[in-house]
Amino acid sequence: MKIVVLVKEVPDTYGERKLDLETGLADRDAGDRVLDEIGERAVELAVTLAEHIPGTEVVLLSAGPVTVPASLRKGLAIGASSAVHVLDDRMQGADLTLTAQVLAGAVQRIGFDLVIAGDVSTDGTGGVIPSMVAELLGVASATNLAEVELDDGQLRGERLSDAGVTRLSVALPAVISVTERLPEARFPSFKGIVAAKKKPLDVLTLGEIGVDPDAQMPRSIMVAVAQKPARAAGVTIVDSGDGGTRIAEFLVENRLV
Amino acid sequence: MSSFPTDSILVLAELTPSGAVASSSAGLLGAAASVGTPVALLVTEPGASPAAASALGDLGAAHVLVAESAELATRLTTPVADALAAAYDLVQPGAVLISNSVEGRDVAGRFAARAGIPLAVDVVSVARDEEGITAHHSVWGGTYDTDSAASFGALVATVRQGAVTDRAAAVEPRIEALAVAPSGSAAAEILSFTPAQAVSSRPELRGATTVVAGGRGLGTAEKFVLVEQLADALGAAVGASRAAVDAGYIAHGSQVGQTGVSVSPQLYVALGISGAIQHRAGMQTSKTIVAVNKDADAPIFEVADFGVVGDLFTVVPQLIEALEARKH
Repeated sequence: MKIVVLVKEVPDTYGERKLDLETGLADRDAGDRVLDEIGERAVELAVTLAEHIPGTEVVLLSAGPVTVPASLRKGLAIGASSAVHVLDDRMQGADLTLTAQVLAGAVQRIGFDLVIAGDVSTDGTGGVIPSMVAELLGVASATNLAEVELDDGQLRGERLSDAGVTRLSVALPAVISVTERLPEARFPSFKGIVAAKKKPLDVLTLGEIGVDPDAQMPRSIMVAVAQKPARAAGVTIVDSGDGGTRIAEFLVENRLV
Repeated sequence: MSSFPTDSILVLAELTPSGAVASSSAGLLGAAASVGTPVALLVTEPGASPAAASALGDLGAAHVLVAESAELATRLTTPVADALAAAYDLVQPGAVLISNSVEGRDVAGRFAARAGIPLAVDVVSVARDEEGITAHHSVWGGTYDTDSAASFGALVATVRQGAVTDRAAAVEPRIEALAVAPSGSAAAEILSFTPAQAVSSRPELRGATTVVAGGRGLGTAEKFVLVEQLADALGAAVGASRAAVDAGYIAHGSQVGQTGVSVSPQLYVALGISGAIQHRAGMQTSKTIVAVNKDADAPIFEVADFGVVGDLFTVVPQLIEALEARKH
């Protein structure tokens, strides 16, 4: 069986994240770039499934700039078998549709039984890529899974939404996305880190995938970007026995109660 | 065949598990009415009560298309995506607005990919200029505002729940049935569904005007009750940090932050929350922030309008008492 895991390099949410006010693009030099945590959980699930199903190959897939291989090596250290990096300048500023076309095209080329992604990235926060990729691949999707079991080509899971919990069953091939209810990624072992350096990491261009970003189809474009002024700290007091009363007074003064 | 106004905005109505119109639909129709004529699509099981269609009129839908699907309860996402594709072909709207919920995102992704229409996500408001509909976004925890638009043609947008406060005037809707040809797309099978337990009489977290949130500082699930008591004294919704959710003090749906719900209420009260950057990303656009934490160096104080360094188990009961005293 072949599992493709969609992973994404994102600005570290522990640091300051900046948008370039000229281009509207993420300023990649502003902070550290890391593998999105939810993507790590997706890798962990894939590696765990592979441990239980002999002959399973786990391929990482990411589209992004030249810094992406560092994130991919981390995923390989967790236990994935190989990685594919889609690297093409023409993806700069890509909208969701182009991103989905590129990922679906690359998945098609790699071959797959199961595609696993995180539910929502911490930078784009769209949460739409898994279902877009499923639609373009023409396969079923099961998103926001908090529990996954795979048995003989049939995947069952529990899907979380605001409305409630849905128990689902889906026959492979399929695309799924996972929530942070699934286990955190294991800490890569020293052996895993060393092995990761020798695992195959292939680079693909849009031409090789067969996606033309200049095709005459409508795109989503950013037309304005502005930075909000940073929030200034107000008053902080140390409680000397009247802290609760002081908050009540503050709320009354500001007509908040 | 009926015709639709050229400024039509198609809204995918969101329903609760019991088939009533969900509160997010009011914001979607409010946003649609601000830029055009709202046309709502209602996807229901066959023979469902027509009450939802007239409820959508009360929320401003000039037209309501009703698509009945026998597969709604058994197949995930695709029955709704198929109905949306049929409604889009019929109405030819300038934009399609969908709730940024788990269900809404899936439908939006499938529909936008299938139809080849640009998709804008987590939109907080929409506007119309001479070239069409633009979407307004508040990104990276509210530190940047961005606008996006389709290079040409229509736009599909997922709209952040609770972000649009505009409400459309009630109208008498024109209600008609919509025939949908199933696409036959592969879909996951729904085995069972357990609705989320109705959460008390407190306001919903999304869109609440006041939020009281608790963190790891509460110590135990039992002591988390203090957060609920203050919330009730303020008529507020209850939120939590990821640490509190991970510790099991409260259900996952109450998580505020990067990977939970984003809120921007008039008043946000953070109790025992350190204010990790991921939490702040979900609440720092609140109008006024009040924080109580025993650690004077907690980053939450960097964004608080009024902070108290102290033991929340003495400060909060005193606050509740002062609020109660004021009511009498």
